[in-house]
Amino acid sequence: MEKKIKVCVKNLNVYYGEKQALFDVCMDINQNEITALIGPSGCGKSTFLRCLNRMNDVIDICKVEGSIKIDGEDIYNDEVRVEKLRERVGMVFQKPNPFPKSIFENVAYGPRIHGLAKDKNELEEIVYSSLKKAAIFDEVKDRLDETGTSLSGGQQQRLCIARAISVNPDVILMDEPCSALDPIATAKIEALMEELKKEYTIIIVTHSMQQAARVSSKTGFFHLGNLIEVNDTETIFSTPANEKTLEYVTGRFG
Amino acid sequence: MNSNSLKISNENLKRRLNAERRFKFYGVIAISLALIFVLILFTNIISKGYSAFYRTLIEIKIEFNDKVQPEIFKQMSETEINKLDLYSFSKKNIYSNFPNIEKKSDKKKVIKLFSIEFEEEIKTYINKNKNNLGNTINLYISASDDIDQVHKGNYSRDIPEERRRVSNFQLSIYDELVGQNKVKFEFNLPFFSRGDSREAELAGLGGSLIGSFFTMIIVLLLSFPFGLFGAIYLEEFSKRNRFTDFIEININNLAAVPSIVFGLLGLGILLNTFELPRSTALVGGITLSLMTLPTIIIATRASLRSVPPSIREGALAVGASKVQTVMHHVVPLALPGSITGTIIGIARALGETAPLLLIGMVAFIVDVPSSPLDPSTSLPVQAYLWNDSAERAYEEKTSAAIIILLSFLILFNLIAVFIRRKFETKW
Repeated sequence: MEKKIKVCVKNLNVYYGEKQALFDVCMDINQNEITALIGPSGCGKSTFLRCLNRMNDVIDICKVEGSIKIDGEDIYNDEVRVEKLRERVGMVFQKPNPFPKSIFENVAYGPRIHGLAKDKNELEEIVYSSLKKAAIFDEVKDRLDETGTSLSGGQQQRLCIARAISVNPDVILMDEPCSALDPIATAKIEALMEELKKEYTIIIVTHSMQQAARVSSKTGFFHLGNLIEVNDTETIFSTPANEKTLEYVTGRFG
Repeated sequence: MNSNSLKISNENLKRRLNAERRFKFYGVIAISLALIFVLILFTNIISKGYSAFYRTLIEIKIEFNDKVQPEIFKQMSETEINKLDLYSFSKKNIYSNFPNIEKKSDKKKVIKLFSIEFEEEIKTYINKNKNNLGNTINLYISASDDIDQVHKGNYSRDIPEERRRVSNFQLSIYDELVGQNKVKFEFNLPFFSRGDSREAELAGLGGSLIGSFFTMIIVLLLSFPFGLFGAIYLEEFSKRNRFTDFIEININNLAAVPSIVFGLLGLGILLNTFELPRSTALVGGITLSLMTLPTIIIATRASLRSVPPSIREGALAVGASKVQTVMHHVVPLALPGSITGTIIGIARALGETAPLLLIGMVAFIVDVPSSPLDPSTSLPVQAYLWNDSAERAYEEKTSAAIIILLSFLILFNLIAVFIRRKFETKW
C-alpha cells in the first residue's frame, strides 16, 4: 500500500547569518507515521525540525531557502500566516515548558486564541479529550486548577503534548522530547506516540538511537548539515547505504 | 596511606587558610562599619527629631463677661465666630491668669509664652463647645516654640540670658506653671496637617506631604506606563540595529545622569518653553518622571529577559501571535519585576531634591496644595528649607521631616521586597 506523503521538503538551505546550517536537504515524510531524525549534536536536525513550523522565524539572522510543502501547500509562501501554520503543525520541546498557569489553562490556551470552542462546555470538552489523548487525564483530573509546573517532568511533558494536540494539528514535531526524562516517563511517552500516530504525523528528533529504533518507521541521519541518508528504520540500523551512517548507528562516532 | 596525613598541614595549606580567614575578616569589617554608620545616622536623626511629634500646651482660664457672653455664640455659625475680634478679650484673659504681673513690659513677655495664634485657638475651642459654655472655662493652648523647646529640654538654661530667647523672667513663670501642673504634652497632630510657617510652632509637614504625594502620583502615571511599554517594545518587538542600539545606550546613560540635569531640563523646557505653572507638583512630577523612566525601563527589560525563551516558544508553537505571546505570557511573568523597579524608582524620586530646587519647588509656601497645579514643596525640600531656618525649633522639625521621609522610603522598599518574594516566579 502506497503511503501518503504529508510533508515534502525540497532543496532546503538554512543560514544563520554567514553560517550555513543545512545544505540542500530533500525529504518526504509519510502521513500517520513516526519519522525519526538522528545525528550528532549540531548536525542541523533541530534546525530542520524548526523549519517545519517556522519557529526559526523568531531568529532575526535565520534565512531559509528552498521549499517545504505540507499537503502540497508551500508553508514559506508570503500569504501563509504562521499562526495558522502552527495550529496545524504542533511542537513539543526538549525541556517540558508548561505555562506557569493552571493545568486547565495550559491546554485551553490554544483553542481559546484560535476560537475553536463556542462556549465553556465545548472548551472543557476539548481540554478533557486532549488530556485523555495525551494519557495524562487520569493523573490530573482532580487537580486541574494546580499550576502546570507543579507536575513531575514526565507529566509536564505529556501536558505539553496535550497542549500541542488541543488545537487539533495534523503534524506534531518533537524535539528530543524525552532527553530530560527518566526511563519510565520515557516509556510512557513512547507508548503514547504509538497511539498518537494513528491520528497525527509525528516527526521526532532524538539523541537516543534505541528510541529511534523503537518508535519510528523511517529514520533520517543528519551530519554537518547534510541529510546523509533516509530510509526505513530497520534498513538504517541494519544495512545502511552510507559509511557514515553505519559508523554512527554502531556507535563509532557521535 | 597514613591516616594522619589528612591532618598534617603544610606551609602551602596554611597560607591558603590564612588568606581565607583574612578575606572573611575584611568582609566582616566592611559590613560592621556600614552598620555602625547606619546606626549612628538613625540614632542621630531619631533622637533629634522624635520630639517634634509632640507639642507643649499650657492651661489657662477664660472668664466671659458682659461684653462677651457665652450665650451669644449659640446662634453664630463657625465662620461668624471666626470673624469676631476676640484678640483683646483673649489677651486680657491671659493676663488675668497671672494677677501678680502688672508691668506692661512684663505682660508682653507673658503673652510671648503662648503661640502667636492664641486667639484662633480660643475661637476653635468656643466653636467646638459653643452649646455648653460656662461662665468660666479652662482650656489648653499651644506654647510658643521657645517654651516648647524649654519644656522638651532642648534649650539649656546654662546659656547666659542675653543669648537666650527665653528670659529668666519668662522661665520663672514657666516654672511656676509647671509647679501648678498646668503644662502638658500632646501628640502633635497639626504638625502633619499644617503648611509651612515662619512661626516655628505653627510650621507643619502637611503642605510638603501633599506636595510629595501629588508629585509621586504624576511620576507614577507618567513613568510606569511609558516605561513598561517602552521596555516591552524595545525588548520584544524592535529589530536590533544601529538605531535601537543607540537608543539602548542612551537609556542606560540617562539612568546615570546627575539629577540636577533633569532639573535644568524641566526649567528650560517645561517652565520657559511650555510655560507650565512654576513650583507645582505637575512640573516636579514630569521632571522626576524623566529621571525615573530609565530606571523603570532597565528594570522591566531585565525582568522580561529573565522570562525563559521556552515560555515564548511554548506559546508560539500553539499558534499565538507575537503580541499574544508577549501580552498573555511574558508580560504577566515580568510584571512583578517591573513593579519592583517602579517602586524603587519612585522611592528615589521621592527623596530627590536638586531638580525640584531648579523648578521652584523650594519656595516658601504656606497653603497646603489642593491640586497638582498649586504651588507646593516636597518632603526633602521642606527638610532643606527648615534646616536653613534660624530658630532652634526648626532643628527638630528638620529631623522629623527626614524621619517621615525615611519611613516612606523604607515602606516603599519593603513593599518592593514583598512583591518580589510573593509574585516573582523562579525558574
